[in-house]
Amino acid sequence: MDASSTPQAQPAARGEAAPAPGIPKLLARNVDFYYGAKKALHGVSLDVPANKITALIGPSGCGKSTFLRTLNRMYETVPHARAEGDVRLDGEDILTMDVTALRRRVGMAFQRPNPFPKSIFDNIAYGLRVNGMHGNLKEAVEASLRRAAVWDEVKDSLHKSAYALSGGQQQRLCIARALAVNPEVLLLDEPCSALDPIATAKIEELLFVLKDSCTIVIVTHNMQQAARVSDQTGFFLLGKLIEVNDTRTIFKKPARQETEDYITGRFG
Amino acid sequence: MTPHPGRRGWARAFVTRLRSGDEIAHLITWAFAASVFLITCLLLYELWDKSALPRHKFGWFFLLTRAWDPVAEQFGALPFIYGTLVTSALGMLIAVPLGVGAAIFLAELAPPRISDALSFVIELLAAVPSVIYGVIGIFIMVPFLRKYVEPHLKATFGYLPLFKGPMMGVGFLAAGVVLAVMIVPFILSISREVLLAVPIDQREAALALGATKWESTWKVVVPYARTGIMGSVFLALARALGETMAVTMVIGGAPQISASLFAPGYSIAAVIADQLAEATSDMYYQALIELGLVLFLVTIIINTLARILILTTAGRGTAH
Amino acid sequence: MSFRDVWRKSVNIVMFSLTGLATLFTVGVLFFILGYLIWYGGSSINWNFFTKLPAPVGESGGGMANAIVGSGKLLLLAAVIGVPTGLLGGIYLAEFGGQTFSFLVRYTADLLNGVPSIVMGIFAYAVVVLPMHHGSAFAGGLALAVMLVPIVLRATEQFMRAVPVSLREGALALGASKWKTVATVVVPAGFRGIATGILLSLARVAGETAPLLFTAGGNQFWARGWDQPIASLPVMIYTYALSAYEDWHRQAWAAGLVLLAFVLIVTTGSRIILSLGFQSSRSQ
Repeated sequence: MDASSTPQAQPAARGEAAPAPGIPKLLARNVDFYYGAKKALHGVSLDVPANKITALIGPSGCGKSTFLRTLNRMYETVPHARAEGDVRLDGEDILTMDVTALRRRVGMAFQRPNPFPKSIFDNIAYGLRVNGMHGNLKEAVEASLRRAAVWDEVKDSLHKSAYALSGGQQQRLCIARALAVNPEVLLLDEPCSALDPIATAKIEELLFVLKDSCTIVIVTHNMQQAARVSDQTGFFLLGKLIEVNDTRTIFKKPARQETEDYITGRFG
Repeated sequence: MTPHPGRRGWARAFVTRLRSGDEIAHLITWAFAASVFLITCLLLYELWDKSALPRHKFGWFFLLTRAWDPVAEQFGALPFIYGTLVTSALGMLIAVPLGVGAAIFLAELAPPRISDALSFVIELLAAVPSVIYGVIGIFIMVPFLRKYVEPHLKATFGYLPLFKGPMMGVGFLAAGVVLAVMIVPFILSISREVLLAVPIDQREAALALGATKWESTWKVVVPYARTGIMGSVFLALARALGETMAVTMVIGGAPQISASLFAPGYSIAAVIADQLAEATSDMYYQALIELGLVLFLVTIIINTLARILILTTAGRGTAH
Repeated sequence: MSFRDVWRKSVNIVMFSLTGLATLFTVGVLFFILGYLIWYGGSSINWNFFTKLPAPVGESGGGMANAIVGSGKLLLLAAVIGVPTGLLGGIYLAEFGGQTFSFLVRYTADLLNGVPSIVMGIFAYAVVVLPMHHGSAFAGGLALAVMLVPIVLRATEQFMRAVPVSLREGALALGASKWKTVATVVVPAGFRGIATGILLSLARVAGETAPLLFTAGGNQFWARGWDQPIASLPVMIYTYALSAYEDWHRQAWAAGLVLLAFVLIVTTGSRIILSLGFQSSRSQ
C-alpha cells in the first residue's frame, strides 16, 4: 500500500485550524468493519490529504461506501454494525469525539438527493439551527448556495419547497446544505449516480472549486469521473484497499494486477 | 478505535449522550410506551380484583346459573351469555353472506373507482356511533319488525320454537338484526382487501380453462382468500360480542333464556350498561364486573385468533 | 349451446346480481340512517337546542347546551391524557424500540383496541368512581383516553416508520443528535398521517356512550370542574330516546344528527387530508 504523503501545501482557508504539516487531514489505520458476524472491511489504511480530492473506486459491494461511512460514524445508525481500528481527524481519534461535533466537521452528501420536506431556505438553515446558530441566517444561506453554484437558480424561490427542484438542483442543494455548517471534510457517496450528464458535469466543476476550502472524499463507480476529478485514488476490492496513489499513477501505471484488471474493464 | 474503550470511555460517552438529550428523549418516550403496557396490566388486575366477591361465592357456577336476583344476591351469568351468543350468532348469520357477497361484488365486478368510492362509503358505516344505531333501532326498526316482519315470520314458520310467543318488536331478533348491520362493514372491508390481494394469475388460470367469471371467483379466488375472510369473520364476531348501546336499546332488558327469537333478552354488555350505575351492593356491582371480565377474556381470545388468521393470509393465500 | 352451458351462464348472472344487491343494500343502509336523521332530527334543530339547558319533564323548549359542552370537555380531557401518551409511545416504537419490549407494547395496544368500550368504562369505574363514590368528568375522560391511546399509538408508529431513512441520515450527517432529528425532521414529515390518526380517534371516541354511563353519568345542569357528573351528547341521546316523552324523542333525533354530522365530517375530512398529503409530498 502506498501512503500518499503530500503535506498540506496551503493552510486551510476560512480560518480553520491548520493541522500540523505532515499530518494528513484524515488518517485511517487498519480499519476493520463488521455487520454482525460478517466482516466487510479488512485492515484498510489510508491517508486523506487536506484540500485534495480523494476518489474511492471499485466494483459494487466492495466496501467503498462502508469505508466512507466510517469516516463520519454514520454506521452507528445500523444495529450490529461496528468498526475497529484507528481513524483520526487532524490527529484526534474520532471515536472519542462527540459524534454530533464530528459530523459538523465532516459533512456528507448521499447517493440520492434527500432534501427535507421544507422550503429551500429551511433546508440550508437546518444545519445551522440545529448546531446552535440563530443569528443572521440569510447571509449564511446565501453563501452556501453560492458555494454550491446553485444560488442563481433558486434565489427567487427560497421559500418554495425543495421538492420543486430538478434532481441535479436538489443534489446541489444537498451539497449546499452540507456546506452551510462549514465542514472541513466533505464526503460524497456516489453523488452523481442518479443524475444526468449535464448535472453531473456541474457537480464535478463544483468540486474543483470546493477543494480549496475543503477536503473531499468521493466514492464513485464511474472510473472516468475519478480520473477527471481526483488528485488521489484508492481502489477497493472485496473489502480491502488494494492500492492507493496519485490518480495519474493509478490509471497509467497501476502497481497491482487487480487494479489494472478493474481499470481496463476485465471485471465490472 | 476499539469496541471496548473501557469504563471511563463508556461513562464519558453516556454523559455526552445525556447532555445531547438523546437519553432523556429515549427515557421519556419509553415511559409513555411502557404506560400502555401498564394500563393493560392494571385493567386486568382491576377486573380480577373487583370481582372477587362473586368469584369466591359462586366459582365456576357463575357461568352456569340462570338466576339474576340482586335482592337475594343470587347472580348467574347464563342468561347474559345466552343472549350474547344468540344475538351474535344471528347477527353473523345475516352479516357474513351480506358482507362477503358485497365484498365479492366490489372486488371482482365493480370498476376500481366505483369499488373504492363505495368501499369508502361503507367504511363510514363503521364510524357511526352505536347509540345512533340504537335510536334508529328503537324508533324505526322495532315498529317495523313488530308490524310486518314478525307476523310474517310467525305465519310462515310459526311451528318452529324460534318464532313462537308474543311479538313485541324488541328482543333477540331485533338485536340480531341491528348487530348484523353494525358488523357488515368490518367483514366487507377486510374481505374486499383480501380478495383484491389474490394474484391476477389465479383468476386468469381459471378463466383460461373456460370457467365463467362466477366459477373463477367462487371456486378459485374465494378459496385462495379463505383464511383472511375467516379472520374478518372472527373480528366481526369480537365486535358483535362487545357491542353495547344498540343492543341495549332493542333487546328488551329481560334476564331470561328463551328459545323464541321474538322474546326479550339481555346480553352481557347490555346488562352492565343498564345496571352498573344503579348497583346497590358490593356483590351486585362485583357480579357485573365479573361479567365484564368474562367479556374481556372472550374478546381477547377471539381477537387474537382473528389476527393470526389475517396475518397468515397477508403474504400468501391458502391454496396449496 | 348445451343445457349445462346455459345453466352455468345463468348462475353467473344470478350470483353476481345477488352480490350487487348485497352491496346496494349495505350502501343503502347508510343513506337510510342519514335520511331519517335529517328528516326527524333536522326539524328539531333550532337555536334552543344549542343554547338552552334541558327543560323540566313535560315542558318543551329545552336544549342540550350542557351536553354539547360536556362532550367537549370530556373529549378535551381524553385528548390531553391520551394523545401525548399515544404520540410519544408511538415515537418510542418507531425510533427507539427494542425487540421484546416493543412487541409487548404493540400487542397490548392491539388488545386495548379490540376490547369493548364498556370494559374501558369498568376500568375507569374501578379506578376513579369507586374511590370517589360518585361519577365525574374525570372518570369519563379517563375511560375515553384509554380508548384513544392505541389508535394514536399505531398511527404514529406507522407514519413515523414511513418516513424514508434518507431523510434521517441527511439530518444526522449535519450533526443533529438523534432526538433533534426525530423532533425536527421525522415528526414533521410524518405529521399529516399522525394528525389524521388523532382526528379519527377523536371522532371515534366522541360517539361512545357505554363507558360514560357509569363514569361521567349525566347531569341536567352545567357541571363545574372535573369532579362532578357531567352530561354528554351520546348519553343524552340514550336517555331521551328511552324516555316516554315526545319532545325528548325529537331532541334525541336532533342530537343524533348533530353527533353523526360531527363524526362523519371529521372522519371524511381526515381521510381526504391523508390522501391529499400523499400526492403533494412526493418528490420527483
